[in-house]
Amino acid sequence: MYLASTAPAASGSAPARAGTADAAFAVEFEGLGRSFPSDRGASRTVLRDVSISVQPGEVLAILGTSGCGKSTLLRIAGGLDSATAGRVLIDGTPTVDFDDRTAVGFQEPRLLPWRSITDNVALGLPRGTPKADGAARVARLIELVGLSDFAGHRPREISGGMAQRASLARALARNPGVLLLDEPFGALDALTRLKMQDLLLDVHAAAPTTVLLVTHDVDEALQLADRIILLGRSNELDGSTIAQEIVVPGTRPRDRGSAELAELRGRLLDGLGIDRHGQARGVETTTAIPHFPY
Amino acid sequence: MTGNDTLTSDPRTADAVGDDRGNGAAPTRPLTRRTWFVVVGGALIPVLVLSIWQLVTTLELVPVSQLPSPAMVWTAALELAQRGELGLYTAISTQRVLIGFAIGAGLGLVFGAVVGLSRLGDILLAPSLGAIRAVPSLAWVPLLIIWLKYGEESKITLIAIGAFFPVYTTVSAALRHVDRQLVEAGRAFGLNGARLFTTVQLPAVLPSVVSGLRLALAQAWLFLVAAELLGASMGLGFLLSDSQNNGRLDRIFLAIVLLALLGKITDSLVGLFERWVNKRWG
Repeated sequence: MYLASTAPAASGSAPARAGTADAAFAVEFEGLGRSFPSDRGASRTVLRDVSISVQPGEVLAILGTSGCGKSTLLRIAGGLDSATAGRVLIDGTPTVDFDDRTAVGFQEPRLLPWRSITDNVALGLPRGTPKADGAARVARLIELVGLSDFAGHRPREISGGMAQRASLARALARNPGVLLLDEPFGALDALTRLKMQDLLLDVHAAAPTTVLLVTHDVDEALQLADRIILLGRSNELDGSTIAQEIVVPGTRPRDRGSAELAELRGRLLDGLGIDRHGQARGVETTTAIPHFPY
Repeated sequence: MTGNDTLTSDPRTADAVGDDRGNGAAPTRPLTRRTWFVVVGGALIPVLVLSIWQLVTTLELVPVSQLPSPAMVWTAALELAQRGELGLYTAISTQRVLIGFAIGAGLGLVFGAVVGLSRLGDILLAPSLGAIRAVPSLAWVPLLIIWLKYGEESKITLIAIGAFFPVYTTVSAALRHVDRQLVEAGRAFGLNGARLFTTVQLPAVLPSVVSGLRLALAQAWLFLVAAELLGASMGLGFLLSDSQNNGRLDRIFLAIVLLALLGKITDSLVGLFERWVNKRWG
């Protein structure tokens, strides 16, 4: 029902051009590490040896338990934080502080409370966008996320889910080569979350930007991503690194109930330390899913 | 689609919309929200005080040498007005307050911004300003009179000192507590320096700035009287000290009433501005 209203996006036609990226960029993590100084002079390592290359236009989901450093990884990719080891290359060149080739969708909406939704989304426009073009693009994005009726409202006058959608529209207004999403739907209710996931798929289908999506929701990762990495800690070493890497089979939009995904889901949950109850416990089922390394 | 949105949106929205309607139409507004009740309620105590004052003087419960009647104060006002002194004194005092307030509040904004935004500014300036702030206002008077003589400069400087600190304190504290996440979001979307300040930080602290301005204005009137009591040949503070020397209680009452009125009027003007700011940026 919700999708029907933004239907043109699904078929890849007009309104979705709003989010068109001129180019999707490759992202390369090279031996990335991050440690924070701790109180007693020692340092606490959060990430170590993260190396992965993300293709232009790929959707990569980053899964992990809370506190495993997945947000830190994303922040480093966007230049909001800097690595203490290794580096990140976007389109072949190292990231700079607050890199303008990326746009961030934060965990919280982070809208300016004194601005209308329209003006908040306009904040995402790249500097130097001609006024008329910018206004038209903002209006199209607001329509795309289904907030046209609330364009003039202030953030506190709309619901949390709507604010999160406005925040996504603001990130898309940036026209980013790399879209960084930090648990963007984490605070939403279950139904709204599913709708937002479909919305993101529509946007991505229309304008294939590279997406790094941090999430703790296994189903969300399976639904949205081309590839999933699971960050985890091995016993002897401090700091998380890539514990599993899974290529998600099938093309989007995927059937949320497919058996293949159910098996992957079990494996990922296992990797997150969640016991898989019932008959399947400890047993791989018969579906042919490749194991890492492929 | 809108219907769908409303279904999934959280209950806060419904509340907010409901509130808006309540304020707009308002067929059954409570008594305390009606304009006439607010006006009458606010005037109640002044009218009561005036009546008791009149009553006490008419019944001669207190000798008029100790408490002049309202009529005597009114006569004193007319007499001073005829000589042109009332207008002159009021004008010169208001002028001193406004100039001193403008200078003090302006400097308070600048220093507050520097201390609130920059760590280095905080380290270098905050301790010294804190120490200067701790000096009681009247302690400045002898120094200012020797340095700047009895002219306008000494009074305006004292008033500026009085207006400076409330603005400086509220602005620097508010800027330190601007939501870090909003600032980071602003930076992530390409804002920095002056643009970041005007887009994110300044609007975020505007309500605190205005309440700082309101406090500063009250301080400015306080320091005006201190300055004029101790060394002036014009103004409401001078009227007070001159009348004290001549034993003119009626004029002392007149000066106090005028200070109350002027202070209230200027405060209300800033209050209107504050309401507008809170509505626009709050």
